[in-house]
Parts: sequence; structure tokens; C-alpha cells
Amino acid sequence: MATVYIDNKSYEVGAGKNLLESCLSLGLDLPYFCWHPSLGSVGACRQCAVKVYKDADDKKGRLIMSCMEPVADNQRISIQDPEAKEFREHVVEWLMTNHPHDCAVCDEGGACHLQDMTVMTGHNYRHFQYKKRTYQNQYLGPFINHEMNRCIQCYRCVRFYKDYAGGKDLDAFASRNQVYFGRHEEGTLESEFSGNLAEICPTGVFTDKTLKEHYTRKWDLTNAPSICQHCSVGCNTIAGERYGELRSIVNRYNGKVNGYFLCDRGRFGYGFVNAEDRIRKPRVRHETVSRETVLEEIKRSILGHNVIGIGSPRASLQSNFVLKALVGEDNFYHGVNDNEHNLGDLVVKILTEGPARSLPLKEVENCDAVFILGEDLTNTAPMVALAVRQSVRRQPLQHAAKNNIVEWNDAAAREFIQDEKGPLFMATVHTTKLDELATRVYRAEPDNIARLGFAVAHLLDPEAPAVDDLSNDEKEQALQIANTLQQVQRPVIISGTGCGSEIILRAAANVAWALQKKNKAAGIVLTLSESNAMGLALLNGHRLQSALDTILNRRDDTVIILENDLYRHGPPSVVDEFMKTCHNVIVVDYLNTPTTQKASVVVPAGTFAESDGTVVNNEGRAQRFFQVYEPAQGMQESWRWLLNIGAAVDHPRLAAWKNFEDVTRALAAEEVLLRGVEKVTPPSSFRMAGQRIPRESHRYSGRTSMNAAINVSEPKPPEDADSSLSYTMEGYRGQAPSSMIPFFWSPGWNSVQSVNKYQDEVGHALRDGDPGVRLLEPKERGAAPYFSGIPEAFHPMKDHLLMVHLHHIYGSEELSNHSKPVAERIPQPYVMLNNDDAAERRLNAGDTLTFEVEGQAFALPVVISQYLPKGVAGMPYGLEGLTIVELPAWSILK
Amino acid sequence: MFSIVRSLWITFLHMFHKRETIQYPEEKVKLTTRWRGRIVLTRDPDMGERCVGCYLCAAACPVDCISLQATEDENGRRYPAFFRINFSRCIFCGYCEEACPTYAIQLIPDFEMGEYNRQNLVYEKKDLLIDGQGKYAGYNYYKVAGMAIGGKDKGEAENENPPVDVKSLMP
Ligand code: SF4
Ligand code: SF4
Ligand code: SF4
Ligand code: SF4
Ligand code: FES
Repeated sequence: MATVYIDNKSYEVGAGKNLLESCLSLGLDLPYFCWHPSLGSVGACRQCAVKVYKDADDKKGRLIMSCMEPVADNQRISIQDPEAKEFREHVVEWLMTNHPHDCAVCDEGGACHLQDMTVMTGHNYRHFQYKKRTYQNQYLGPFINHEMNRCIQCYRCVRFYKDYAGGKDLDAFASRNQVYFGRHEEGTLESEFSGNLAEICPTGVFTDKTLKEHYTRKWDLTNAPSICQHCSVGCNTIAGERYGELRSIVNRYNGKVNGYFLCDRGRFGYGFVNAEDRIRKPRVRHETVSRETVLEEIKRSILGHNVIGIGSPRASLQSNFVLKALVGEDNFYHGVNDNEHNLGDLVVKILTEGPARSLPLKEVENCDAVFILGEDLTNTAPMVALAVRQSVRRQPLQHAAKNNIVEWNDAAAREFIQDEKGPLFMATVHTTKLDELATRVYRAEPDNIARLGFAVAHLLDPEAPAVDDLSNDEKEQALQIANTLQQVQRPVIISGTGCGSEIILRAAANVAWALQKKNKAAGIVLTLSESNAMGLALLNGHRLQSALDTILNRRDDTVIILENDLYRHGPPSVVDEFMKTCHNVIVVDYLNTPTTQKASVVVPAGTFAESDGTVVNNEGRAQRFFQVYEPAQGMQESWRWLLNIGAAVDHPRLAAWKNFEDVTRALAAEEVLLRGVEKVTPPSSFRMAGQRIPRESHRYSGRTSMNAAINVSEPKPPEDADSSLSYTMEGYRGQAPSSMIPFFWSPGWNSVQSVNKYQDEVGHALRDGDPGVRLLEPKERGAAPYFSGIPEAFHPMKDHLLMVHLHHIYGSEELSNHSKPVAERIPQPYVMLNNDDAAERRLNAGDTLTFEVEGQAFALPVVISQYLPKGVAGMPYGLEGLTIVELPAWSILK
Repeated sequence: MFSIVRSLWITFLHMFHKRETIQYPEEKVKLTTRWRGRIVLTRDPDMGERCVGCYLCAAACPVDCISLQATEDENGRRYPAFFRINFSRCIFCGYCEEACPTYAIQLIPDFEMGEYNRQNLVYEKKDLLIDGQGKYAGYNYYKVAGMAIGGKDKGEAENENPPVDVKSLMP
């Protein structure tokens, strides 16, 4: 701690920080542009000037940039000094000399850091009489809009895009006062994190193009804290609605999970909520019917029939649990294929029965060595890839620190470490975007990847099973990895279910456990397939395959399928047969899928934006998403439909549950592995100063007009029975508990930068702790239950290729595929071959390869890659129209 | 006593003053141009819609009776897709006019808006948009803004230099 005198008042601040962040942490208002808690300081904008004095007698002082000045004990500074204030006002005035007269047509307006800072400095009149500089804009793809005139040359965009996120195609061009931020030529921004430019850029140069399609000011949105539904990481988001339509997804800071950023799939994948082809009305045998009729029909199909329920990895815990209660424990099946089921169980086993702790995403950034087994993170869990980047970037900063270069001094630190990178070992089937950072890349078939992992584990701890007949190269790689991991303090082992291989997960666990034994704070990160795949794995249930088998052997049965397209989880022929055999197929879902097309009854569910629910992310962190708005007539939360069904059939247990809280409490009481989920957010009776927390800002407009065309008498706003948020602008105006912040705002801070005001220490945890409850903790240190069963080395098979899944950030995930901007970036189906394999069969790129895998015939255009191991072929996972089969498996070439 | 007599006398004298009461509606009221009455949306001198859908009027409105949706034409010009004022709520405070950065929304000297059915007081864009500039002649927001729209490219607004040549290395 250090004592600093700011405007003659003494404050205690943390040592080692810069003055700007210290002032902001103290709650003082000091304008800035180029500094960002995640990017550090470069002193580019000159906006954060303060006066610093030699000692108590120094009355003159000198101007310095507070973001570049470390805190010193007994330092005396002044923010209010007239000269400093005048300086800051001038800086904004200079920045404004070329600024266009655009606020009215600028999407940043109302959430603009430049507006806020201009008001804060007091500048209000443009004295400059000369002409303004102008720029041409660029087309940057379906996600981001470019309006270069508004740039204030703070360099935040390129520092984020290139330095932080590893993008290659955004840069600063031209010279002097004409610097230009864009691509070398027009075209889609390649980075998976480009959406963050909209939040990083303090002006309206980069804005969200999907928001522009239905533009709404920040103050006019009805917001709720939400959780991203597009992968297992569970990034925290704020979802905003206007006129009954979901309009934007922005970051919701969580210091343990996603920090300040989101990936583009998460930010722009929300379009499925507004999709035309959504299910909006109940249907019975393809006829639209009323709510009463559908409930009557369901009642008829349930009473006197055997009923089974099929859950879903993309439905909330509550929905899955109510289904399970409705059909009974014995009749509840996980709606995932056997392989996914096994992988889910294995992940839970590894995280609970072994000694290695599953790391929160943000902690990965502080790890000093990373070993990735099998997972193409950029495409399956993009934010984990971003965290790995930070780990690699930050590890060498230890050396900089030894030379008195603090981490926040970004330019100096970068200059010092040059090209040095932290240790990162990759073992994957095909190339990944992280390869460029890797100390060493090992490309092999899933089994060989696992073998490398087992070998590393054995080198670290001889008690872990050994691997025979490794090649010399593999031996040497294993040795290098083991040596490096031994030398560091906080290594992390990352793997996941993307390869579909249990053996890889086991190998990853062995490595992490062996490291634990060496007294390393070794962490493990295992990613899963879907947003609530972990939650489903924690909820006891049977295998989907057994459901298919059971029904195929019995007749006259009813099945309730919850938010699930069975065709993504089982072979089409079997699912077809299943749908035919079932007497009644009731599907509760929001998307029209091949499954709903075959269903006899379709019930319109609410999406995440129209529902309350809890999901468990890959770390084992239970997180809650809140309903943003009441859906249009007909739709409601899946769990609420199931409760209605329960009431219709006089179900003894369901009858007692009335709302979200009743369900959650029962869930926490009954499911051993889910104890504690009721603590994720305060109860719905929670009030602040007797009031609810408003979903709308105090400037929310149009409420006596928006519905006036239908009826001039305003309807009563809906009451939320499931949470303590209100659907209006009335309510408590202060800061909500961290798990239920509907939007970030603070007087004078309208932009996202207002997050500062919600943290005790800028860039650290939210005020009452980062949201989410960790459900899985490792066993106390002890003997690691090492996995054995080391696979044989891979041998190519004649006329066969080992088919693996290749994942795509855009295309592999079901929900985001229904979002227009994301759909624009989905690749065409293909099959990828190694160049030798292709040459052997005289195949050129673009030729059609016909093959059969797991009984499914495919004919796909060939893509040739020299990086894919010989004897292996890859096909994209989850593209629309491409059947999903359980891979890896041998494919027979035709 | 005296004061009563005086009051009576003053009142009596008023019988010879000029009359303030007018025979409305046969006779119309004279209103100044700054009178805050019925709200209209005006056009710029080129007859383009002035409103750019910035939502500032809606935000300024203390009774929240303005709602709209901004949209863009194929050339990037913004305009409201719909614009609704619920006059049964409007208090004619004029805040919207004050907030408007484009002089689009204006209160005009007309108060004859009585309706038997309250629903008829909900005015849509077709009821609001007039074919003129209203009180503020000559102003054309897009001529000073930096956005390119149909007929005005980058660098063609008032007081603008032509777009920077990014490839030029001239000092
Ligand atoms: S960037 Fe901010 S200040 Fe500039 S035009 Fe947009 S809203 Fe206005
Ligand atoms: S584009 Fe935005 S972030 Fe980049 S330099 Fe300009 S103002 Fe800063
Ligand atoms: S990493 Fe996953 S959870 Fe996070 S924003 Fe991207 S898709 Fe969503
Ligand atoms: S303030 Fe003016 S330009 Fe903005 S929405 Fe209202 S009428 Fe249109
Ligand atoms: S924030 Fe300090 S110079 Fe930009």
C-alpha cells in the first residue's frame, strides 16, 4: 500500500499501479481514452493529465500523464488543478477539431466514451474554423461497421486486435495527422474476436452491425444479465430487447470468466431468437392450435401411456430437471449420443475424483505453461483460446518485471520481451490458430495424441502408466514437454470433447494429476460441446441409445423431447424409426428442426432471452440467465410448459412448484452434484431498499407510445414472479448485486467504461464477488487415480481413413447457425484429406469423395491439407444438412 | 366601504374596454410562431425527411409519448421507419423540439386537435410529416454531418476536406 495525496486529501492505494487506475479505483473521475484495464497504458491520447508535485511545498507542479506514472508513496497530485483541467479540455478540443457532426446518426451515441469524456472535461464549443479531415470507410464483413471519420487515433483497436487477440488484418495506416485504422483492403475481419472492437473503440468508428439492423440506443433497451448459449464456456452477457425483439448482446464483465470480452459467435449468434422460422404457436399434427388444445392433447398422450423424457445439453438445468421429475427418474434420458454421454461423465469424474482443479477461464491467463491436447480451442471454445494467448504473452513479463518494467506499461513491456513467448505445447489433429504461438506443435491422430499425453504423465510421475514403442521424435517431444511443465509454477492442461475421444481426456487428466503430485498448482480446463453439457452430465439420467432401444421394443409410448434435435445426436435411420414407432412425440423447442417436423405435438418454448434458467459451464460454474422480456403470446419457458403439463395431469410433485424458485430449490435439494445452484443469485423476494432492480434505464423512452397504435391505454407492465428484476424503469437506482446487473451505467459514464464503477479495484472482481457458484471441486491432494488403458499406436488402414470432426466457430454450433450474420460465414461442407492420401487416390481439391462412416454414406468435395496426418480425414462438425456421426471412426472409401 | 365602491367602479369601466374574448371557432386565435402546439416532422430544403431517427426527442420527452424506429435507406441515409406520438399523453412542453439536433420535430401554432375517441390522438409518421421546413428554414443536417449519404459522399459536406489518401506519404 502507498499513501497518495490527491488534491490534498490522503488516500491509501495499492502499490505498483499507475495513477490513473488508482484514481479510478478510488472512484474519482479522470478522463482517459487509450488506457484500458486489459491493455495497459501507452500514453497515446494525452487525455489523462494530472499535476504532480515534488513535495508539500511545491506549488507549481508539473503536468504528467497519469496512466504512465507509477504510484509512489507520499506522492502529491492534483486532478482539479486549473492548469491540468485546462490541459485536458484542450486535448478534447484538439481531438474534436476533426470530429464529424455525427452523434445523431452515430450508433455509439448514448454509450459513447468520447461523449462522456467531452462532457467531463467541459469542452463544448468548437473554436477551430478550418476544414475537417475525412476518410473513406471499409466494408469489414457482416459483424462490424466502419465509420473512420469518428476516429480519435487512440490506437486501442489495433492494440486489442493485434496485440491482445492476435489478429493480423487490422492495422494503422498512413502517417502524421492522417492515421487510418482499417484493413489493408476491404474485406471481412478475420479475427474471432472482432466484435470486441465495438466495445474497445471509445468512439463510433467500430460498431455492431447487427444492432444497426434494428438500431436502438442503449438507454432504450430492456436488459437482463444473461449467459452466452453458444459454447460450454458460459461467458457472461447482457442481452437487450426492444419492441419484442432481441437486439444486442454485449459483454457483462465477470472477473473469473470472460473479463471484458466475448467471441463473435457469442456476440452475433443471437439472431436465432428473432428468426422467422421459429416456433411461435403450439402445433398438433402440423395444425396451429390454442394453448388449451395443446395441453389437452398432451394430457391425452400422457395419461395411460408409458412416457419417457429426453433432455438436452442446450436446455437449462431447470427445464431438464422438471422434465425428469415429470417422467420419473427411470424414464429420463440425456439427449446426447453415447459418445458425448461418456465424455460428459468422464469430465465430471476427472474434475471431482482427481486432485487437479478446474481453472476459471481468467486464471488461465496467469498460467505460465500450457499444454493443449486435441482441442481446436479457437473453434470450440474461442474465449479459452484468447485466454491461452494471454498466458503466452504474459509469461515473459516475469522477466520484464525483474527489470522494473511493470506489466501495465504496455509499450515498454512489449519492447522488452520482443518475440519471447511463454511455453505452449499443442497436440492436435489439424492446424489451429494457436499454432503460431506454440513452442512446439505435435500433429497426430487422436490415439497418438493421447499416447503423447500418457508419456508426458509417465515422465512426470513414474507411477503413471508408461507408453511403449514411442517413436524417437515422440519421446523427445514428451521429454521436452515434461521438462518444461516441471520447471514452471502454474501449468495448465487443456483438453476437451471436440475430438470425441475419451482417451485424450484421460491422458490430459494423467498429466494434470502427475503435475499436482509434483506440488505444482496445476490446473485443468476441459471444454464440452454445448452451453449446458456440463449441467446435463451432472444431472443423473440414462443414455439416449437406451431410450431409442426401449421404444423400438415397446409400442404405444409417448416421448417428450426437450429443446433437442435428435438428428444431431443419433443416426438418422434410427431416429426416423424411433419417431415412427413412438405413439406420440411431443417436442418442446423454439427452433424448427428435423425433429419438430416429425413431432405430433410441438410446444413453443422461449429461448434464453425469454426464459430464466441456470446453466453450468465447463469449469463447473453454475450461472444464471434472466428473462429479458416476456415472449409474445403462446411462448413460454420450457420448464413452465412442463409445469403446466404436470398440472394438467395432476402430477403429484410438479403441482407444488409454481415458479422458477420452487423448481430451483427442489433441484438443489434432490440432485447431489448440483447442491448450491440456488445460491447463484439472490432469491426472487430480494429487494434493494424495498424495490426491485429495473431492467430499463431511467431514460427509457416511449413507454406511453410504443403500444399506442394497438391500444392507447397502456397495458400494465408484467410482474416478474421468477426474479427480483422489474420489467420497467422503476426500481432501485444503485448498483445491483453482481450476479444480477442488468446493465452497466454510472452518472457521467454512459459507455461500457462504466464497469470501472462496479469494481473496487479497476480490472478486478465485481464489487460483491464475481458471479457464479462453483459446483465441482477436486479431491484433496492424494493418490491420483491414474487412468490406464493406453491405446496402440495409430496404423493407417487400407481403403479406410480415420474420420475425425473438424470444428468451425461459425457452423458447428446449432443455435448461432440460425443467425443471419453468422450464417454468412459458415463454410460449405467438405472432406479434408492429407495430400499423400489424396494423391494415392488421384483426388484433386474439389473432386467428390464418396465414403461411408458409421453406416452413413457421404459424398463431399475434397479439401487437401498437408497438415492432416496420413490415414486421417476430417469433416466439419454440425453444418446444416450434414449428418452428425459419432467420430472418430473408420470410414470406408468407395 | 370605499374599497367596495372603487372595485365596482373599476369593473364598470371595463365595459368600455376593448374585448379580449373572441368568438371561437368562428373567429380564429392569433398565435405566435413560437406557440407550442401540435407537433410536426419537417423536411430539409431538399425535401428529404429531416428526422434521422436519433431518439433524442423520445429520450427528452418527460411523459415518454414518442416512440420510433430508426432505419437506413440503401445509401446510408437514416430516417424513422415509424414515428409515433401519443398526443393523449403529450404535455406540449417542447422538450423534444429542444432536443432535436436536426430541427426535424417542431411544435407549431395549432391546438385544434380535439377528438371524441382517445385512440385517434395517436399520430403516426404519415400524420406528422409535413412538406416543408417549418420554423427553421435552410438547415440541412446531412450537409454538416460526416456520414456519406446518397448524393453526398465523404468530404463533400460543409467544411470538409476531401478524403485522406491513405497511401500518400507526403508530409
Ligand atoms: S463517436 Fe461519440 S462523439 Fe463521435 S459522433 Fe459518435 S456518439 Fe458522437
Ligand atoms: S478506431 Fe477507435 S479505437 Fe481505433 S484509434 Fe480510432 S478511436 Fe481509437
Ligand atoms: S467463448 Fe463460448 S460462451 Fe464465450 S462468447 Fe464465445 S461462444 Fe459464447
Ligand atoms: S430528435 Fe429529431 S432527428 Fe432525432 S428522432 Fe427526434 S425528430 Fe428525429
Ligand atoms: S489514457 Fe493516459 S495518455 Fe491516454
